[in-house]
Amino acid sequence: MREVDSQPVIVVENLTMRFGDDIILQDVSFKVFRGEIFVIVGGSGCGKTVLMKNMIGLYRPSAGRVLVEGIDINTDGEKAMSSVRHRIGVLFQSGALIGSMSLAENVALPLSEQRRLSPALIDMIVKMKLGMVNLAGYENHLPAALSGGMKKRAGLARAMVMDPTILFFDEPSSGLDPVTAVELDNTINGINEGMGTTMVIVSHDLASIMNIAHRVIILDKGVKGIIAEGVPAQLKENSDDPRVIHFFNRSLDEAKTQGAAHGR
Amino acid sequence: MKNRSRDYALSIREDDDHQITLLISGRMDLMGLESLNADLEAFWTDRTPARITADLSGVQSMDSAGAMLLLRLEERAQAAAVPFVFAHVSEPLRGVMGLLNMKALRIEPLLQDKESEGIFDLLGAAAQRRFRDFRQVMIFVGELLTAVMHVVRRPTAVRWNAVFLYMKKVGVDGFPIVTLISLLIGVIMAFMSSLQLKQFGATTYVAPLVAFAMVRELGPMMTAILVAGRSGSAFSAEIGSMMINEEVDALTTMGFDPIQFLAVPKVLASVIVVPLLTVYSAFFGIIGGMMVGVLGLDLTAYGYLQQSIDSFQVFDVVSSLIKSMVFAILISGIACQRGFQVRGGADAVGEATTSAVVSAIFLIILANSAFAIILYYIH
Repeated sequence: MREVDSQPVIVVENLTMRFGDDIILQDVSFKVFRGEIFVIVGGSGCGKTVLMKNMIGLYRPSAGRVLVEGIDINTDGEKAMSSVRHRIGVLFQSGALIGSMSLAENVALPLSEQRRLSPALIDMIVKMKLGMVNLAGYENHLPAALSGGMKKRAGLARAMVMDPTILFFDEPSSGLDPVTAVELDNTINGINEGMGTTMVIVSHDLASIMNIAHRVIILDKGVKGIIAEGVPAQLKENSDDPRVIHFFNRSLDEAKTQGAAHGR
Repeated sequence: MKNRSRDYALSIREDDDHQITLLISGRMDLMGLESLNADLEAFWTDRTPARITADLSGVQSMDSAGAMLLLRLEERAQAAAVPFVFAHVSEPLRGVMGLLNMKALRIEPLLQDKESEGIFDLLGAAAQRRFRDFRQVMIFVGELLTAVMHVVRRPTAVRWNAVFLYMKKVGVDGFPIVTLISLLIGVIMAFMSSLQLKQFGATTYVAPLVAFAMVRELGPMMTAILVAGRSGSAFSAEIGSMMINEEVDALTTMGFDPIQFLAVPKVLASVIVVPLLTVYSAFFGIIGGMMVGVLGLDLTAYGYLQQSIDSFQVFDVVSSLIKSMVFAILISGIACQRGFQVRGGADAVGEATTSAVVSAIFLIILANSAFAIILYYIH
């Protein structure tokens, strides 16, 4: 694993998020360090996607601050926010490809907004990025013609096209078969090791978490916040919190129960 | 007592100590559920059982609904302090019965139906909704104006390919229906008015009547309503679907302003193309009237057209073109705004689409009335 920098690249301070009368997140604080793979986990309804959307500027927190690369994304103004947007990439849960555009046009979209490049260079970059996600040759396909897994990989190519310093993933392995999920994990790992990109992943795939996460925070619906934070292997061995133990061991429990039912 | 339906048979044996054995055979599943339920409820109406045994040896298959009925029977017996046992339960049946958690039947729903509100509550809620809607529309108007200002300063920022695409969809694809309806309206107007004017020998006024009405009012209005139905709905459906697919979120995180990226091309295309459609509409309305005039009223084509052109002035044409541009902005603007409001699923897209068309028509009529007053005082 790469050496993780001690500089925090994202700081979330006392974040509270309220929708009407419902409080989803209360007083959440944590840091993400440069170069690490940081995973946000928790049961359904615990607010992990809401937390990620707060970190990328799609939601405004009801209270608290979010600092990305030192910039307060809610109060420091449009220009500052715009400079942050150039440095992040986001992979949404179903890829969120623009349906009326081909894969090449989708992947080239961030390039067109932010740089002036010749069509020939854009073409090369697009081909290269599609190649990195194993979609070489699919440039002219429309999203509707692709499978769910392929849409996600195309979405990843688009998120990566400008080599962002931070990549966000909303449930990357949802809807993928186990083999493709592992391939995606390997791709994520490869990008992190090769380019030092910071990764923030919302997930509930336990195997993936144990495999690639440097650090993890566990959110809980009842607490409306973080119940554990740290290196997954250490949390699994050393935590006393029954909820944390349950979270890490539930897949082992399930395996044992199934084994008993089959008379082993 | 034997009770037979196609699927199951229930026979009841009672011995002298009021110990009852229920012998169930056949299939206990959804198909025979109603009658099975009735039988199981009814069997102890005239009896006071001391003990109940449910003998399942004859049961061929049981699904979870059948199991549910048995377990409810067991609960009822327990509540009446009557001993209840199952006999000859095979492995598969035990499996199905083991899946059910009867406590679930007793848990209250988390969301209770709200008490029905009185008329004042409903009025108040409706008024609040209107205010909120008005506020959101105003916010959108501001954002759209900002985007348009930005584009006026930097015309290269406009996605011209998208503008041309929408010009084709709104204008070229809409041309057939606008033509057809305008023609029909011209025919109907000429025909109807001629029926009245004939009585006074004044059929010579049919031509100017039709032409003036088409150029001043009906041309812009009918075209706008047709465009609202065709393109207003399409715009809001397109943007609404993009909202639920997180495509708009994706554009935002890539640094695009969704309004500039998605709404401005649609508004621009509409403003260019709707006035052209209006011109065609007026033209074909006059042609329709001419068909009636030549075929039914013995007027000459040349005479009819001459009278039509004499009936309106440049001021009328220009004011109608300006009206149609305003209508175009209203239609495409409200359609995009409704699209951006979509949250949730497919039914929200449907609602937004409907709302876009209805609101657009309402705004068109409102604007038309305003224009009527303004033009009256200007002229």
